[in-house]
Amino acid sequence: MQVRRTIAFAGVAGVMALIWLAMPLSGQQRPSATPQFASTFRAQRAADGHPDLNGIWQAMVTANWDLQDHDAQPGPHPELSGAYASGPAGQSIVEGGEIPYKPQALAKKKSNFENRLRVDVSNDKTWHDLGDPEMKCYMPGVPRANYMPFPFQIVQGTSPYILFAYEFTSATRIVRMDWKQDAPTDSWMGWSRGRWEGDTLVVDVTGQREETWFDRAGDYHSDALHVVERYTAASPFHILYEATIEDPNVFTRPWKISFPLYRRMEKNVQLLEFKCVPFTEQLLFGKFIKPRDSAR
Amino acid sequence: MRNRVRSSIAVLAAVLAVGLFVPAAGQAPKKYVAPKTPWGDPDLQGVWNDATSTPLQRPSNVGTGVLNDEEAEEFQKSLAHDLSRDRRDGGNAADVNRAYNEHWMDARRLKITADKRTSLIVDPADGRIPPLVQASPERQKIQAARAAGAQRFAAGLPDHYTDMSWPVRCVVRTDVPPYLPTIYNNDFQIFQSPGYVAIGPEMIHSARIIPVDGRPHLNKGLRQWLGDTRGHWEGSTLVVETTNFRADEGVLFQNANPATFTITERFTRVAADSINYEFTVADPSTWTKPWTALIPWTKIDPAEQMYEYACHEDNFDIVHFLTGARLREKNGETVGQQRPAPAGGER
Repeated sequence: MQVRRTIAFAGVAGVMALIWLAMPLSGQQRPSATPQFASTFRAQRAADGHPDLNGIWQAMVTANWDLQDHDAQPGPHPELSGAYASGPAGQSIVEGGEIPYKPQALAKKKSNFENRLRVDVSNDKTWHDLGDPEMKCYMPGVPRANYMPFPFQIVQGTSPYILFAYEFTSATRIVRMDWKQDAPTDSWMGWSRGRWEGDTLVVDVTGQREETWFDRAGDYHSDALHVVERYTAASPFHILYEATIEDPNVFTRPWKISFPLYRRMEKNVQLLEFKCVPFTEQLLFGKFIKPRDSAR
Repeated sequence: MRNRVRSSIAVLAAVLAVGLFVPAAGQAPKKYVAPKTPWGDPDLQGVWNDATSTPLQRPSNVGTGVLNDEEAEEFQKSLAHDLSRDRRDGGNAADVNRAYNEHWMDARRLKITADKRTSLIVDPADGRIPPLVQASPERQKIQAARAAGAQRFAAGLPDHYTDMSWPVRCVVRTDVPPYLPTIYNNDFQIFQSPGYVAIGPEMIHSARIIPVDGRPHLNKGLRQWLGDTRGHWEGSTLVVETTNFRADEGVLFQNANPATFTITERFTRVAADSINYEFTVADPSTWTKPWTALIPWTKIDPAEQMYEYACHEDNFDIVHFLTGARLREKNGETVGQQRPAPAGGER
């Protein structure tokens, strides 16, 4: 009996030792509280022979409220909505923590924030001067589209185009692979040209309209914005997203953001509609309708 | 016996002849085999254009079915004349409307389909939308309210932004199925990946992502402007069913009733540069019977790219229409005084 128990114990210990030996290298290092992607991960290949980025993805960061460090904050009208519409706290996704604004540009960012809830569309020329474009349901531009609290889908086939379809206001962008032609003119989602650098999809984005913002904190850019995005599969369920942002009119130097994108894993997951135009019409156009007393 | 064999052969020959010269809706000519994607689906990827001058419904002054070369040329010429916005006959009011001239339009919309049909509708055989059924009193009331709003808008006197159509309000445009040719932005880009076909209509920048993996539709509790789409392959044809449309009035073609409307679309690549797009719509509370149209899609030169169609972001018109109406009211104008319809309502 005693012997049998000893043998059983030895057997369990042996199995444990084998498991310990089989653990990846990182498991042998000092235990860390921070999860890390295995640098040895090799992504499944798509039909084009490159890493397969197909799927529905979503960021978990709160950068849409503020790219930089931010406290939890009340919504715009807490007297009406209580905790609804309030913003979560979050850590900066900017490398080094701070966006390197030129002094005057920093003042503009602050005034953007102060005026983020104001709109005035009575004059075509000043139509875009006030208010966060997100509040007005405008296409968010890049990189903001990637860290809004909505999913997006990548459709990567064999043609020289990769489709990025966003749930927010049904915005789309077409990534043209190895494309020569420059942006014919500026657009809300910009002109995206892609290439593979090893296993990383690199997307060069130019031709963005100057009116988009980076977040609800008023962070902004000019029409000289140049974004270089890098999408690297980090596990079957994660893409590491990095973007370098350059705009000599607004920033003293290029700066970088990074965060993981998470694969949406619900069995029945699909991109739904967030057509927000009707949610904005009263805000934008309500002051031009026939006065209520004489209307229908 | 001999006669019967002979007549059978004659019938067979006739059937073959018809099959050769009149491509049946949604059916590829025998010889063409659509290329396949590496994962085995028929390959529909590319940028396609559906513009044509062939009207949805057959005009009363043309013969049925397919025209000969001479008739086709005459038909095309007459349609192009009617559609052209570079004409200067018809007086000042017509001229003002035509200021939105051919420069802005899709020139492909001045040519009839290559198969020389006189209507895009292939069923019923008369090429016409079946007669409307009488709407229920409740729907008549809703439709009358919408019509009154449309009339105020057409008179330049909209009370409210809701007097304008969904396309004018930039909520949906030609991305609502069925896809019908219009004056511009007739491009559609098709993307595919294993388990999906995605169609990007240029207007308005939405993507219709179609699962082709056999999953069920959304539950009935979730409805969308563009509905919920599922696809499957029947041979080389992509068959697409769309359900779960929102209840909003005036989104679907001819104000069909979202509660009873059904649509099936079929995409068949019939040549390297051509897709047959065929749709069948039914709605027992709108049309007396289902009807089917066939619209050829032509592959366009990759140098001619799809481009972003923004709409709401710079929808200055909506403010102009409303502020203009407020000024006209001040001047004592009323809806009874008809003026030319404002440009911009493409549908």
